[in-house]
Formats: sequence, structure tokens, C-alpha cells
Amino acid sequence: MNALLQYAVQGLAAGSFYALAALGLAIIFGVLGVVNFAHGAFYMLGAVTAAVLLDTLNLTLWWSLLVVPVLMFAFGVVVERLFVQWLLRLDALYNFLLTFGLTLVLVELVKQKYGVSGLPYKPPKALQGRVDLAGVVLPRYQLFVFLFSVAICVLVWLVMTQTRVGMIVRASTEKPELARALGINVGRWVTPVFGFGVAIAGLAGVLAAPFRAITADMGNNFAIILFAVVVIGGLGSIVGAVVAGFLVGLVEAFGQAYAPTFAQILIFVLMALVILVRPAGLFGRKEATA
Amino acid sequence: MLEVTGLKAWYGEAQALHEVSVRVGEGEVVTLVGRNGAGKTTVVRCLIGLHRQVSGAVSFLGRDVTRMPAHQRARAGMGWVQDDRGIYASLTVEENLLLPPTVSERAWTLKQVYEAFPELAGRRKAGGTTLSGGEQQMLAIARALRTGARLLLMDEPSEGLAPVVVARIREIIRQIKATGAGVLLIEQNVAFAATVADRHYLLSQGRVVETLDNSDFRQREGELLKHLGI
Repeated sequence: MNALLQYAVQGLAAGSFYALAALGLAIIFGVLGVVNFAHGAFYMLGAVTAAVLLDTLNLTLWWSLLVVPVLMFAFGVVVERLFVQWLLRLDALYNFLLTFGLTLVLVELVKQKYGVSGLPYKPPKALQGRVDLAGVVLPRYQLFVFLFSVAICVLVWLVMTQTRVGMIVRASTEKPELARALGINVGRWVTPVFGFGVAIAGLAGVLAAPFRAITADMGNNFAIILFAVVVIGGLGSIVGAVVAGFLVGLVEAFGQAYAPTFAQILIFVLMALVILVRPAGLFGRKEATA
Repeated sequence: MLEVTGLKAWYGEAQALHEVSVRVGEGEVVTLVGRNGAGKTTVVRCLIGLHRQVSGAVSFLGRDVTRMPAHQRARAGMGWVQDDRGIYASLTVEENLLLPPTVSERAWTLKQVYEAFPELAGRRKAGGTTLSGGEQQMLAIARALRTGARLLLMDEPSEGLAPVVVARIREIIRQIKATGAGVLLIEQNVAFAATVADRHYLLSQGRVVETLDNSDFRQREGELLKHLGI
């Protein structure tokens, strides 16, 4: 029982990174129609930035959770204005080429500057060690990651369902052309939405920093699993992205515990099953695939 | 209020509209009648600003809007009631109503909308596409009215609906006309068109082949039905 709970918390913590990153990916795809293959690189940049901030300015995780998303938002705005905006009128192939190329450039730049051996990162004292919950001993940091990510997801959900901005994002995701014909300036939302998606990928990177090896390549494998997450949840579905993120984290953790050789494969088996039964993903709408 | 002169439109190399000229005055209901593929929906998409491969001139409320982006045309007072109703599944009924910004002092309040469309009042928190086809049509019309649009572009509002719902839509169009707003109605249903409209443009292969006022239109209903192949 104890072991099961530990794997569950470990899975939910790992799933938090997928959930947050997939959330950003889903919102960007919804409003821009751009599949951002550079999302793994933005996640990596979030973690690297947190490590650099700790090393040079002695800014702890608490500060990074605040500062890094702001920096990444600004970076996302620059990337959108410089590159991504030109994709909106082009064939989807250019979308892949640009964002994949961007990944290569970012990864190599980080390698040039910080090498390949991994940067050290320690969480604040308050988040180290283990916590005893009625006899179940769980790693404090993993618990924190899960609760923090759930809080962020709930916050995003509230913005999406309760505010005018959220209404506009939903409308321009579902029928962008109609939204324009109804008087919504969809173009005005493109840059902030892209910035937000990048910021939240960066935030996932910060959370992952004490938990994963911080290297230039950390986003590569992450990005591959992230796309499995998005396919399982349903492309463009925000709720689907979050649920599938946590689900994939759980499959990964239990897979590593009970069938380590198959852990990675299991995720793609799950993806294949979902595609067989529900081609549009768990939460995808049929129209989204048409 | 709407003056379309020599409108031409292309899809790639293929010309879809040839010199279409259409006029809608205040308080006037004008129809575009024609077979499937005659170019009716293309005209509306050009007017609302979604089809951009055009030449010619579109003037609306005295302004040249030919090059204006779609969202600005909506804000200038064009309301679109799409042929598939264009109801958002991811928005509630009330959010569907509140999504477009209000564009004039004629804008209806939610209270007025719900009084005029009681079936929407009871379902305001329901998902937009959980409504029946007729209710979705009411929602699409109500959404345009709530913005205070000065001109409604209605694409086949009676299509696929029960006679009792069609009768209500007829009533609503008459009310819109009475407020001084203009309506450009796309119809294949000649009988319906004849009961609401002042003037008719007969569209065939992307050209206006005839302009008829409503009395002529009624006299020649049989001939027109034949032309439309219905």
C-alpha cells in the first residue's frame, strides 16, 4: 500500500511537468493552429534558467517560480514576433521545420554555454526530505510539485471558464473564422497566448529542475512524450492535456516500478489504444480532427 | 446602407462572382435567391470580410469597407447569421450571446433577448450545441441582435426547420425590419422569401441575372421555382 502510494505520488509529480507543458501546447495550438515542436526546448530553458539564477544570483526555487515564467513569457513574445507569426499563413510543414529548427538551435546554444554534464540544483530546505502522512512516508518535493501544478491548472481553468479572455480563447480555438466575423480581433491574442504557453512550459522546467538532470538535452525525450500526452488528451483540448499529462506520469511511474524495460513503451501502447478507440483523443471533439 | 458595386471574387484561378451589384436600404429586407453553387454564400463571405480574393467596391453606412478586416466590419455593424448557425459548443448559450461586442446603441440587453426568446432563457447555462436545431437558429439570430447590428446577413435561416419555427423566424425578420435595420437574406425557399422580402436578386453562376421587387417575384414564383430546380 505504502509503495503504491509512493509510486502514485512520483507519477503525479512527473505527470505535473507533462500536464503543465501540454496545457501550454494545447492553448497555443488552439489559438494559433501551430504545433510547437520547440516546447521541449522551452521546458529545458526554464530549468536551465532556474539553475543559472540559483548559481549566479542565489535566487531560490521560490523566486524562480515567479521570475522564470515572466522571463519565458518575454522570450516567447520575441520568438512569436520574430518567427512564429510568419507561420500562420503558411503550410503546416513550415510549422514543423521552424519549431524543430528552433529546438536544435536552442539546445546547441545551451550546450555551448553550459556543456553537457548537467547543472546542479537543490530545492529550498522546506521542500527537502520526506513527509509522514498518517504512516505513509512521501517525498516532500514531489508532493509539492503535484499540489502546485494542480493549483496552476485550476487557475488556468478558472481563467478559461470564468473570464472574457477565456471565452475568446475558447471561441477562437473552436471556430476562428466565425470569431473574427463576430467582431473578435483574434490576431491581438496570438502573441500573448504564445507567450503564455512558453511561460508555462518554462514553469514546468523550473519545477523539474530539482527532480531531473538539468542538461541541454532534457527537453528532447520530454517533447516526444509530450506529444503522446497531447494525442491521448485530444489535440487542442485543454482539459484533455492536463488529464492525459497526469495519466502518462502515472503510467510511467508504475511502469518503471513493475516493468522497467517496458516503461517507455507503455506510454505509446496507451497512445495507440486511445487512437484505436477514440481517434480524436480522450477529450477531443470529432470536429477537431476533421 | 449597403451598396455593393461590381463585386468579383475568385477561388484561386476560378472566378466565382462576376460583377455582382446589390443594394440594401434601411429597414429593407433583400434576398439573394439562387441554386446551390450560384455564389450566394460567397457573396456573404465577401461582405463579412472572410473571403479576401475580391475586387469591386463594398460600401457600408457610407464607408468604403472593401479592404476592412472581418472583425472591424462586425464592429461597424454587420451581423452574420451563418448557414450552419455557427454556435460554439465550448461556450454556454449565454456566452454565445455575450461573445460578440456590442456595436451600436440599438444593442439588445440580455433581458430583452430572453423575453423575446424564452426558450434560450431556460437553457442559458447549457452548452451551445446541446440546443435543438431550431433553438440554435434562434440563438444565432439573438446573438446578432444583441450586438445591435445595423445589417443582418442571414444565410438560409429557414433551412431544415419545422414550419412553426420558420413562421417565428419570419416574424423576427419583420420585427428587425420594423426597427430600421437592414436584412440581406440568402434563400432557396422561394415561398418563404416571398413572404418577408422587399426585393430579390436572382443569382446564377455568380451573376445577378435579375432584380425583382416582391410583387413581380410573387407573380413569377412558378417560373422561378423551375429556374431554381426545386
